[in-house]
This record gives sequence, structure tokens and C-alpha cells, in this order.
Amino acid sequence: MIEIKDLHKSYQMGSNSLHVLKGINFSVKEGELVSIMGSSGSGKSTLLNILGMLDEADTGSYFLDGMPIKNLNEKIAAKYRNQFLGFIFQSFNLITYKNAIDNVALPLYYQGIKRKERIEKGMHYLSKVGLADWATHLPNELSGGQKQRVAIARALASEPKVLLADEPTGALDTKTSYEVMELIQGINDEGKTILIVTHEPDIADMTKRIVNLKDGVIIDDTIVKQVKAAAYV
Amino acid sequence: MFNIERWQEIFDAIGKNKLRTFLTGVSVASGIFILVLLLGVGQGMQNGIAKEFESDASNSIWVWTRTTSVEYKGLNPGREIIMTNQDYDFINRKNEKYLEYKSSRARDWGIVVSYKKESGSYGVEGIFPDFQMIENEEMISGRFINQNDIKERNKVVVIGNKVKKDLFKKDKDPIGELIRINDIPFMVVGVFHDKAGEREEDRVFVPSPIAQQIFSKGQGIDGLAYTLKPEKDFETAVRKSQEFVASMKGYLKEKHVISPEDKRAIGVNNSLKGAKRFYNLMFMIKTFFWWVGICTIIAGVVGVSNIMLIIVKERTKEIGIRKALGAQPGSIITMILQEAIFVTTIAGFTGLILGLTLLEFAGPMIQTNFIANPSVNFNVAITTVLILILAGALAGFFPAWRAVRIKPIVALRDE
Ligand SMILES: Nc1ncnc2c1ncn2[C@@H]1O[C@H](COP(=O)(O)OP(=O)(O)OP(=O)(O)O)[C@@H](O)[C@H]1O
Ligand SMILES: [Mg+2]
Repeated sequence: MIEIKDLHKSYQMGSNSLHVLKGINFSVKEGELVSIMGSSGSGKSTLLNILGMLDEADTGSYFLDGMPIKNLNEKIAAKYRNQFLGFIFQSFNLITYKNAIDNVALPLYYQGIKRKERIEKGMHYLSKVGLADWATHLPNELSGGQKQRVAIARALASEPKVLLADEPTGALDTKTSYEVMELIQGINDEGKTILIVTHEPDIADMTKRIVNLKDGVIIDDTIVKQVKAAAYV
Repeated sequence: MFNIERWQEIFDAIGKNKLRTFLTGVSVASGIFILVLLLGVGQGMQNGIAKEFESDASNSIWVWTRTTSVEYKGLNPGREIIMTNQDYDFINRKNEKYLEYKSSRARDWGIVVSYKKESGSYGVEGIFPDFQMIENEEMISGRFINQNDIKERNKVVVIGNKVKKDLFKKDKDPIGELIRINDIPFMVVGVFHDKAGEREEDRVFVPSPIAQQIFSKGQGIDGLAYTLKPEKDFETAVRKSQEFVASMKGYLKEKHVISPEDKRAIGVNNSLKGAKRFYNLMFMIKTFFWWVGICTIIAGVVGVSNIMLIIVKERTKEIGIRKALGAQPGSIITMILQEAIFVTTIAGFTGLILGLTLLEFAGPMIQTNFIANPSVNFNVAITTVLILILAGALAGFFPAWRAVRIKPIVALRDE
């Protein structure tokens, strides 16, 4: 599903350049649930943003579902993001003036789906994250966990091939984090490929594979035995 | 543009960002409102000043006849030329497009005018109602000769202020009194004042046909008086005036068999020199308000552009989110522009209508000599609104385009 080879990325800051990713080789197969760990500043978010086509690598190759992702024009990038990728951010990134259901239905608008169908589909995913009753609430009327569940429903609504989550539980307390992880595990069980960036070892243990990043290179990549979040909830 | 889904999305954004919509709307509407008022007051001042100085401006043309000076077609020089009512009617009909006010003059000097025991000798002039405007006579009391007096051949008279002072006691109101002209009773209907002073006030006006009758002139008239329609600039006024004079002289010379070389038989005097000053003044005023208008529009453009910049800035993160969800760059730009244009248009026309309404109702209530009929050229107003909408759209386009072009991750980081 994801294939990257010798990926490099530096940030230009004035005259200095900060080499963040120094040759990442990494692949993910369909249906995997991978966590990316590493100390702060090790380049986790940078990697995930490149995978999600929110940012671009300097050199190296990246194949998403067999397609080369390189020098795409913005139109095609938008189409790929819309069809293949779902994002879950630490800070939720919901549109503040849209209620839960409209947020969830928004990616469907960009798929050209008619309003009625958008709402139906959106409601389906909102129910899936247990927030059907909160459909008409604005983000600022929801708790952090609820916001993240809305964001997950939104990421799912476009039925992407890959879900990318950057510290999805970073802003949540432990109990809520486990609830969100339970949801993510459920989605993975249905066959979706998911990558999660996290700081927290207990969250990483709930995935099936842990990739450790240090100073821009992968220092460790191991399959782990998944801990079911349901046990803690 | 007519994509219903997109409009739904835009109305959603407008409806849910009431404050933003309101502030944009209010600033655009008030901008247009103020602009309309400014333009209106500018036009009003132009009208007011025009009215105030109109008398200098009106290009009045005076025509009289004398004896011929050149032999022509076997006729000796020294022949007396007398114009007639037919000449007057014909010239009027033929030159309708040039003429503003018109009157013929049938007059005599040294006519005895008396009221009871008082009497004096004055000029008596038979004229048409327009003569008041041509000579710019100001009524102190009563009215001027009117069309009805002409039609009914009323024996009515309008007397100069000096005549009034001579014949009537100080505080006696002459209106409705009978005075005698050549021993024929006339009813005084008005007293006029002339800016030129007493010299011009020691005459009386009676309806033209009456003067012809009492002075036994038959169809004969002594002179013609005209003003031409105001033109947009001095050069046009001069040209029109020359055209008219040429046409009139040509007709009179042919009709009365006068040599084209005869410089004396027909006298024409026109007052274009005064008009030159007036046209210069009007040009200055116009230029001034044109500048005021331009500056106001520039201020409006800057204001609207500023609002658009702020709106797009404020929406940068939203743009990032939409891009992460797979929005096409074009769809984001159209969304922002369509919303901006929609709000500016509604607000712009609201401001326009409010401004026009205020001018319509408050305009007539303004009581000063220097503002008259404040009004706005509708096309100018519409153009202004369109300019502001266009400026708003342009001002929205560039930052939107930039926001769309930056990497989504950069837009997302915007707080
Ligand atoms: N836009 C940017 N411009 C310049 N430097 C950047 C930018 N984004 C990230 N960096 C730098 O790149 C390095 C990696 O950043 P990244 O966000 O990928 O770290 P991270 O592993 O996600 O850290 P954290 O766990 O704190 O989120 C950091 O040193 C950071 O300062
Ligand atoms: Mg990070």
C-alpha cells in the first residue's frame, strides 16, 4: 500500500538547512496498523505529512497504492488526498462554523456527492463513532474526545485506503484515548490500513507494528502483539 | 456559477459566519452609501452654483433691425426693415433645438404712464412670458406676464420698481391697481427688479399683442430676444450660438431682401463673454467633484480590499483543512470569491438604494442657495458599485490564490 525508498527532507531556515529525514526506507501493506514512535523532533510528523501529501519530500521515491507520488500538480494531489487518504490530527482540525454532521460530510462534497447522500453517509459514520445524537452540535460544544471521534468519522467518510493519524490521542486523557484507540482498532479490523504517530508507549502497544524513528532514520521496526483497547475501556 | 451544491455550501458559510458577513456587508454598504451622498451633494452644489450664476451664463441673443446700408436687387440703401410676427414664429420653429427662452419685443419710449394724479414717461415693451428669464427680471411682488395674458389679450402690466416708486406712494401695494398707458387702463399684476438697477427699471411690460395694438404696429416687431440652451462646455456654446445666428440672419436677409454684405440692417448682440466665466467655473467645480469622487472610490476600493485580505487570512486554516480533505484549488478560490462577490453585491446595492432614497427624500428639503436638487447619475452609481465589487473580487483573489498554492501543511499550521 505504501512504499518509500531513501526519503530525504530538509527544512530551509534562512541560510541554515535542517536535515530532518535522512533516508527513510519503509513499506506498509494493506490492512496494517502501524505506530510511528520517536522523541520530539525526530521527524515523525514530517514523515506522516509527506505520506499524506500535505508536504513534499526532497528526494526519494514514494508509491501509494502502486502510484508514484512525485511532483504532482495540486489538482491531482487534491484528487488523491480525497480518494486515498484520511487524516486525523492532534488538534482535530474541524471547521469551527460547521456542525458535526457537516464536518463529516465535507470530504464527500469534494467527491461530488449530492447533499442528501452526503448527509446519509455522514450520519452512518457519525453513528459508527457513537455520535449520532451530536450531529447538529458545533465543534466548540463537543469534548476533546468527541471532537476527535468526529474527525475520525470525517476521515472515514470518504472511504480512504489509508488513514493517517498524527497523535490522535495527544490532546485526550487516558480513558478517552483508549476509547479512540478502540475505535481505530475496530476500523483496522475491518481491513483499513492505518498509520499512527504517537509518543505514548501504551498507545503504540495497541497497534500491530511499531516503527521507531531517531534523528531522521528508522532505528527499529518490529511487529508487536496487539493489546486490545477494549480491555481498558 | 449556477452549481446549486456550491451555492448551498456558500450560503452555509455566509449563514454561519454572521458576524463576518455582517461586518463586510456593513462596511461595503456604508462605503457606497457615503459615496452616493458625496456624489449627490457634489451634483447638488454643481446645480446650486449653476443656478446662482446662470444669469451670467445664459447665452442671450438680442436682434434688432435698422435701415439697409447696401443696394441690393435694385432696392436702394436706406430702406427700413421691420420684422414681423411671422418672422418670429418661423425662426422659433426652425431653430427649436437651440432655443431655451424666446420673446419678441414691440416697444416704444417716452410713453405717458399715469396712476391717479401721478404720471411719468417710460418705456413700454410688449413681450412674451419667457422675457422674464431672458432679462432675468426678479419679481418683487405679483407675477410676470403669462401665457394666458397673451392668449386672452389681457390689458395687464408689469411695472419696474422705479415706476412703482414714482407712481405709487411708499407703502401702497400697486398689485390690482389700474394705471393708464396712453390713456388706456391696464391692471398692474407685478413689480420687477432688475439687477442692472433703476436704468432698467423705468419701463413696463405688457403682453406683446397688446403693445402692437396700442402702438399701431400691426404685425411689426422691433426686436427679438433669445437665450440658447446651456451646453456642456464653452466651445459647444459658441458653436451653437454661431449656428443659430447664421441660420436666423440668413432667413431674415432672404425674407427682407437684404444684401448678404449688409452689415447694418440686422443687428445681433450676444453675451457669450459672461458665459465664458460661467463655463470655467462649472468646469472647476466639475473637476473638483470628479476628484472627490475618484478619491472616495479609491478609499472604498482600499477598504473593501482590506476586508477581503483579512477574510482570506482568517480562513487560511480552513483552506488548509479543505485541501487536506481533497478540495480542488479552483473550488476553494471560487468559494471565496463567490461568497465575497455575493456579499459585496447585496451590500453594495443596499447601500446604493439607501443613499438614493435619502437623497430623494432629504434632497428637496435642503434650503440653501448653493445646493439644489442633489442627485446622482444612476449609471455613475452603478458603475461605482461594480468597481467596488470588482476590486473586492480582485483583492480576494490574490490572497486566496496564494493560500491555495501554499502546501496544505503550511495552511494548516496557520492560527
Ligand atoms: N515548517 C518547518 N520549518 C522548519 N523546521 C521545521 C518545520 N517543521 C518541522 N521542523 C523541524 O523539523 C524537525 C522535525 O519536526 P517534526 O514535527 O517532524 O517532529 P516530530 O517528530 O513530529 O516531533 P513532535 O513529537 O514534537 O511532534 C524539528 O526539529 C522541527 O523543528
Ligand atoms: Mg509531531
